[in-house]
Amino acid sequence: MNIYLILQMAAEAMGDREAVKLNNDSITYSELNYMSKSVASLVKNNEKIGFLSENNLLMPAALFGAAIAGVEFVPLNYRLSEEQLNMQLKRISPAILFTDQDIKCKGIKTIGITTLALDNKAELDNYSDDEAVAVELFTSGTTGEPKSAVLKHKNLMAYILGTVEFMSAGAEESVLLSVPPYHIAGIAAVLSSSYSGRKIVQLPNFSAEAWMRLVIKEKITNAFLVPTMLKRIVEKFDDNLSLPSLKNVAYGGGKMPRSVIERAMKLLPHVNFTNAYGLTETSATICMLGPEDHRSAFNSSDALIKRRLSSAGRPIPSIELIIKNDEGNICLPEELGNVWVRGEQVSGEYKGIGSKLDSEGWFPTKDRGFLDSDGYLFIDGRADDVIVRGGENISPGEIEDVVRTHPNVEDVAAVAVKDIEWGEAVGLVIVASSPIEDDEIIKLVRTKLRSSRVPSIIKYMDELPYNETGKLLRRVIRDNFAD
Amino acid sequence: MTQIFKPGVKLSSKVCKTQIMVLRIPAIELEIFCGGLPMEVGDPDVLGEIQGENNGTLVGKRYTDETETMEFLCTRGGEGSISVSGHKIDIKAAKKLPSSD
Repeated sequence: MNIYLILQMAAEAMGDREAVKLNNDSITYSELNYMSKSVASLVKNNEKIGFLSENNLLMPAALFGAAIAGVEFVPLNYRLSEEQLNMQLKRISPAILFTDQDIKCKGIKTIGITTLALDNKAELDNYSDDEAVAVELFTSGTTGEPKSAVLKHKNLMAYILGTVEFMSAGAEESVLLSVPPYHIAGIAAVLSSSYSGRKIVQLPNFSAEAWMRLVIKEKITNAFLVPTMLKRIVEKFDDNLSLPSLKNVAYGGGKMPRSVIERAMKLLPHVNFTNAYGLTETSATICMLGPEDHRSAFNSSDALIKRRLSSAGRPIPSIELIIKNDEGNICLPEELGNVWVRGEQVSGEYKGIGSKLDSEGWFPTKDRGFLDSDGYLFIDGRADDVIVRGGENISPGEIEDVVRTHPNVEDVAAVAVKDIEWGEAVGLVIVASSPIEDDEIIKLVRTKLRSSRVPSIIKYMDELPYNETGKLLRRVIRDNFAD
Repeated sequence: MTQIFKPGVKLSSKVCKTQIMVLRIPAIELEIFCGGLPMEVGDPDVLGEIQGENNGTLVGKRYTDETETMEFLCTRGGEGSISVSGHKIDIKAAKKLPSSD
């Protein structure tokens, strides 16, 4: 199985449909197929295909072109520092790199985004049909040095075949894509949109205003957003705005604050919201909280149903999911533990490190969470972020949720700080809308939780450090406390 | 002639444009037909005569047997119907999931 099958089928069954659009330029599935073959013909000696740019019409062609040529597609983060970027380039060499940046690195041959000759007549229909690696993605590295996750053709195909029906989208449907090419959601969007026949409209530089303008102009029906993006949209939302074309909004890639999703549902009552939980290592989505779940939670007066608005939903049919405690036993409902998943779309493999799957194929996501009695998953945070105070495991999320209820708290993060007596203790960083006394926070945590959760240090910042796709950089906060 | 098929293999019809990919199949000797003639790897140069009653295949649809021990993805549609020695093959009902990306 090879992901090129997706484009091959799309080009054959709906070749004249618009596939991708950027500003006033668009290409059909036939044209995308032709472009992909052109990209593939550039590969002479099994060089990887790198991509260092914002989203553009060439991006899907580079992804599928690499698949045709049987080499890895490696999208790189264009926001990295020169030093970080050079380190990653060395790791992917030798490669053909699509970029408009001036890059000098041994083994890297750059090709400008605008100069690709599209009159190439390469016909490469005998693409490799094996278990090769399709995509190499550097993880965001919020807890340490970025790892390079490998996704095989069979992982990505299992995800698409397990979640998308071929040509199920109407010809009028379109998805607004504002996540960058180096994010798993940006890759998954190309594959699932091509398979369903839904036009991708690219928005390379997200702003709430540009996003809303484009929804109206292009009569967008679908969109994927990371939580920070939805937060900005609801903040900028004008009450006169209705976005009538918009039908489905999926979100994921980080924790969605309950207040943001509730506000979004109020502002856009006609929109179906889906929370998609997944990791790079699992070829995107493994759990979904669907539109019906959103509405019943939103309208429920039962606290256990209502809190499902903060849930990651339930595993998709092709995924098995269990929660195990630190001793390796299966947790009971409501018992916090480590999230393990299994399924064909799960890669769990890193370059130079190998597979992290256990002997039975289970992958430790390193996310901590619990299931409720109906099997809804609640993600608490990363296992690496757990604060171990005197042998007791404290999850930052629990403290953050309580502190966030203070009316003057706009944003908050709890991290581990070194403590002579306890080994680690709770350090708190707060973004306040108006001044707060430390005592108010300490009292709040002590009454709602218990004394071990009380922060030993509280700092105030103008804003918390997030990366561009909305992931909180706890490492940066921890370093800040260490200084 | 019967043979053991592997998942991922693509088979072409000898009577129409139908092409399928094997997604799941038991590791036993089987023969897969389309329009009455055995399917093979690679498109034929000349199409043969379609045999018996055929409903055709639809691109993108999954085809499975009664007990769902085997599953095929139609990668190109045609006029012939899929059959497997000793098994009844039908379209598999789609499980509709909300789009997540």
